[in-house]
Amino acid sequence: MFVQQLVNGIILGSIYSLIALGYTMVYGIIMLINFAHGEIYMFGAFAGMILVVFYDVPFFLAFLLAMAFAGLVGLTLEYLAYRPLRRSTRLAALISAIGASIFLQNLALLIMGARPYTFPSPFTPRVYQSTLLTISKLEIIILAISFLLMIGLTFFIQKTKIGKAMRAAAQDIDTASLMGVNVNQIISITFLIGSALGAAAGVMVGIYFRTVTPTMGLMPGLKGFVAAVLGGIGRIPGAMLGGLLLGIAEVMAAAYISSQYRDAAAFAILILVLLFKPAGLVGSAIQEKV
Amino acid sequence: MLTVEGISTYYGNIQALKEINLKVEEGEIVTLIGSNGAGKTTTLLTISGLLKPARGRVTFCSRDITGVPPHNIVKMGISHVPEGRRIFPQMTLMENLEMGAFSRTDKREIKNDLEKVFHIFPQLKGREKQLAGTLSGGEQQMLAMGRALMSRPRLLLLDEPSMGLAPMIVKEIFQIIEEINSQGTTILLVEQNAQMALKTAQKGYVLETGRIVMQDNASSLLENDDVRKSYLGE
Repeated sequence: MFVQQLVNGIILGSIYSLIALGYTMVYGIIMLINFAHGEIYMFGAFAGMILVVFYDVPFFLAFLLAMAFAGLVGLTLEYLAYRPLRRSTRLAALISAIGASIFLQNLALLIMGARPYTFPSPFTPRVYQSTLLTISKLEIIILAISFLLMIGLTFFIQKTKIGKAMRAAAQDIDTASLMGVNVNQIISITFLIGSALGAAAGVMVGIYFRTVTPTMGLMPGLKGFVAAVLGGIGRIPGAMLGGLLLGIAEVMAAAYISSQYRDAAAFAILILVLLFKPAGLVGSAIQEKV
Repeated sequence: MLTVEGISTYYGNIQALKEINLKVEEGEIVTLIGSNGAGKTTTLLTISGLLKPARGRVTFCSRDITGVPPHNIVKMGISHVPEGRRIFPQMTLMENLEMGAFSRTDKREIKNDLEKVFHIFPQLKGREKQLAGTLSGGEQQMLAMGRALMSRPRLLLLDEPSMGLAPMIVKEIFQIIEEINSQGTTILLVEQNAQMALKTAQKGYVLETGRIVMQDNASSLLENDDVRKSYLGE
């Protein structure tokens, strides 16, 4: 029972991790909580569903196209809603983010209507069983894709020239530009990657629950935010760890306390982290950049 | 090489620079001295493009670079070591140096220049994997200067390289500044340590509340009564 719940928690958590990465990468560079990130996730899910259901695109191709599409949406969002406010107060950008979130959700409602769409799973519903654990093929694939994406991102950030420029910009944006880094370009790339990861999460949740709706981004968006704060906002490894821990905590709360407390557990964690370790698990003491 | 003509730079409504003029010739060390808040750092930030002047013009190697974004100015050959060093603390020493060469693509030459940097700053050698944030103040200053050299600048802007360092290390840093200059890099040096700066430079400008109030050969400034009284503590 415990092992089963643990694995369920990791599956859910890996989804949260992917979403949390989008929040944390953006925050790391421009100190903005992109509250429209949940809507990017929803756009990704819709793009994947539309391609598979209406255009018969093979699943993995649709998956990649959905990531690319959401990446472009994120990039456009930054360009239209955040870039003009770059030199304004952080509150102005935050309000713009909330506005963008409402706008994108209503745009989806307008185009697609309020009814849920079915997103059939492309995988045979095979289930693997042992005494400790029951796991479906779909769940294994979700785990594999999530971890591959996270490993790929880690490699990109640590080893490539652009990845290093992203880290440098996150530590000191002005000095990065003195090194020859085009900061606007780096911010665009950050939105592109963060949004693409969010879309990957959206598509996987779409096939897991077999539905997509225009409001599906709200709760996972908030949970991804909690996961990012839990790990230490702005810290990429923190987002991965925070997502996994949040997923596990949520599943454990549902299994051992009551499934009604599922969401309560997530937000209780947010409150506890903010009270006792506001810099997050991986975060060091908050450094104000001068 | 560098000509600054009548630049006025503002922070919001506050005017930090009032029609600054200055000139740096190829091969020189020129220093800009003045008290806190006189506008020394603002002048450098305006040259390297992080601040845009409301009026005036900056020319580098007969190209107008006013308002050019900082990442393009580096490519033209101006490298800026910012005040407070501003190394990337959570990156390794080597990654910091790599960032200095960000705008370059000539891998082999970059490797040569790395060797040169380690030659100028032997203290940095063998610590390539250390996180830059764990270095001492003097080492961080050396790293910041080495990082700036990695872009192969023709003009190096140094902002308060002696800040917060022990006198022994300040001396070492100034020796290194002369060494870098003797290898052909022109230097514009901003300093509060006017004594050291004027001894090292050929030419000096004195900045007071956003205005240039004096300019002369560095040796003459060292002898000047007003300068001695206001900036050399005599």
